[in-house]
Amino acid sequence: MSTALATRPQAPASRPRGRTARSVRGRRILYWIATHALAVALAIMFIGPLVFIALTALMTDQQALTSQLWPRSWNWGNFAEIFERSPLLLWIGNTMLYAVLGTVFMLLSSIPVAYALARFRFPGRRAAFLAVIAMMMLPPQVVAVPVYLIWARAELTGTLWPLILPMLLGDAFSIFLLRQFLLTIPKDYTDAARVDGCSDFTTLVRVVLPMARPAIAAVALFQFFYCWNDYYGPLLYASTNLDNWTLSIGLASFKALHSVQWNLTMAATLLVMAPVIIVFFLAQRVFIEGVTLTGVKG
Amino acid sequence: MSTVLAAPRTWRRREGLRALVWLSPWLVGFAVFFLYPLAATVYFSFHRYDLFTLEFVGLDNYRYFLTDERAFVSIGNTLWLVVFMVPAQVLFALGLAQLVTRLKAGAGLFRTIFYLPSLIPTVAGTVAFVFLLNPATGPVNQLLELIGVTGPDWFGDRDWSKPSLTLLGMWGVGNTMVIFLAALLDVPRHLYEAAALDGAGAWRQFRSITLPTISPVLVFSAVTGVIYALQYFTQAMIAARVASGATDSPGSSFTPGYPEMSTLTLPQWLFHAGFRDFSMGYACVLALLLFAASMAFTLILLRRFRAFDREVS
Repeated sequence: MSTALATRPQAPASRPRGRTARSVRGRRILYWIATHALAVALAIMFIGPLVFIALTALMTDQQALTSQLWPRSWNWGNFAEIFERSPLLLWIGNTMLYAVLGTVFMLLSSIPVAYALARFRFPGRRAAFLAVIAMMMLPPQVVAVPVYLIWARAELTGTLWPLILPMLLGDAFSIFLLRQFLLTIPKDYTDAARVDGCSDFTTLVRVVLPMARPAIAAVALFQFFYCWNDYYGPLLYASTNLDNWTLSIGLASFKALHSVQWNLTMAATLLVMAPVIIVFFLAQRVFIEGVTLTGVKG
Repeated sequence: MSTVLAAPRTWRRREGLRALVWLSPWLVGFAVFFLYPLAATVYFSFHRYDLFTLEFVGLDNYRYFLTDERAFVSIGNTLWLVVFMVPAQVLFALGLAQLVTRLKAGAGLFRTIFYLPSLIPTVAGTVAFVFLLNPATGPVNQLLELIGVTGPDWFGDRDWSKPSLTLLGMWGVGNTMVIFLAALLDVPRHLYEAAALDGAGAWRQFRSITLPTISPVLVFSAVTGVIYALQYFTQAMIAARVASGATDSPGSSFTPGYPEMSTLTLPQWLFHAGFRDFSMGYACVLALLLFAASMAFTLILLRRFRAFDREVS
């Protein structure tokens, strides 16, 4: 499509042929330069924030108070210092507990539901799917009060369990995404398995799961990062108990609570970002395919 | 022949039962975390409740809502995000996606660079932006100084705080861009070639070919964008906390919305009313308002999914 846009041979016919060809080529080169220059400029703006975070994270306390942008000395010790100043390891442990258990529970509960929604024919199938969408789109704050009271009655407020345990009952977004993917698997495969005498369960495990691996990887990654990034949930349930703080709760009050300068705050920020960035570069395809699945098939 | 016909019928009868078994965890979840809380929210909205005493007060909470200035400020701020931030994000994502399709060199690299910030944890990204845009030592105002522009106070200025949040939102627009990119690459190429032969210019091609083809994806992204804007909570709260220097420690009575309530969104005010002031009945009134708004947009989505379902099954 780009070539179609770049070459519009609309010069008047009276002009000599050679000149037209040259001007078309000239215009094409100009177009190439313009689009790539714009892309580079935008890329610098997208990367810029990360560069400045990293530079500031390595400054000394004194320099962080100035308006200089380039660190005078490289203070790698800042990263050690944030571990001394705050219970970062505890926060990391809590965040991992939430993210790992949340992801495992979500997979165990959501895959069968998505499979049933995509494959079984039963009355109320459409209504069940609409319920998934409705729950996916429900702002969490709408039902916050009664749900909080459920967990208060179970005496689990102050912990992360109110965020982890519901994952055993399925996550709407993951069910939705898996179901959209499972619909694209031709029915012939599951029918063949049934003819061979497989039960629903063996069909799911032996036939469907291997084919759905990309979608499962995508929802697992999305869920993991959702938990890793979640601020609202831990704020509601765990912020009253310092022992159960997660990284996002800790980082949100890092600067004020530890009365530190921007350099240490940025070091902590970088530390929270790093795992996400690393995993992204290891599994880039999974992300891009997963995101595409959420939008286009919808 | 008759046995072949009979088999599916018995399957189908049993299939309803099997579906019930397979769906049961989700059905329990839907009842406990959707149906019951919604009903309870309506019930509590007619009561005064502070976790200890429950008292029926009729329409008092609704009457109080009409006099609650901060509720209206928060609704105004949430609407601001819907009207300005969501279109800015959608248009920017579309522009980026269009640009990437035109790149002959490094398209994959640029896609990665534009996508990456959308993965950055929300809290980390917001803290980082408060630093980048802080007027004293922030690099952005330093760089603006170099070209002779005096930068604004960004998160410290009531007129600039929401535009600052919009900038943060545009930085994290990679998800939407990837969705648009896939849609743009799905547009049949021969349509553009035919249009070019007919002498259609770039704008004409965009309006008559690109836009109609990708419009379902565009609508989907805009509607989900609006629904997320209605829930907008974390970025506004973190930006206000970090920019104001307030702490998040237990027991502190930090009032969100710094500066001057300009970043106070409806979900934040609801959270504050319910879980900091413990006016849970009143919080439920705000919750029902939020529910009505998000349901209206969800219905648009549901209609699209019904169309999609018909295509597949």
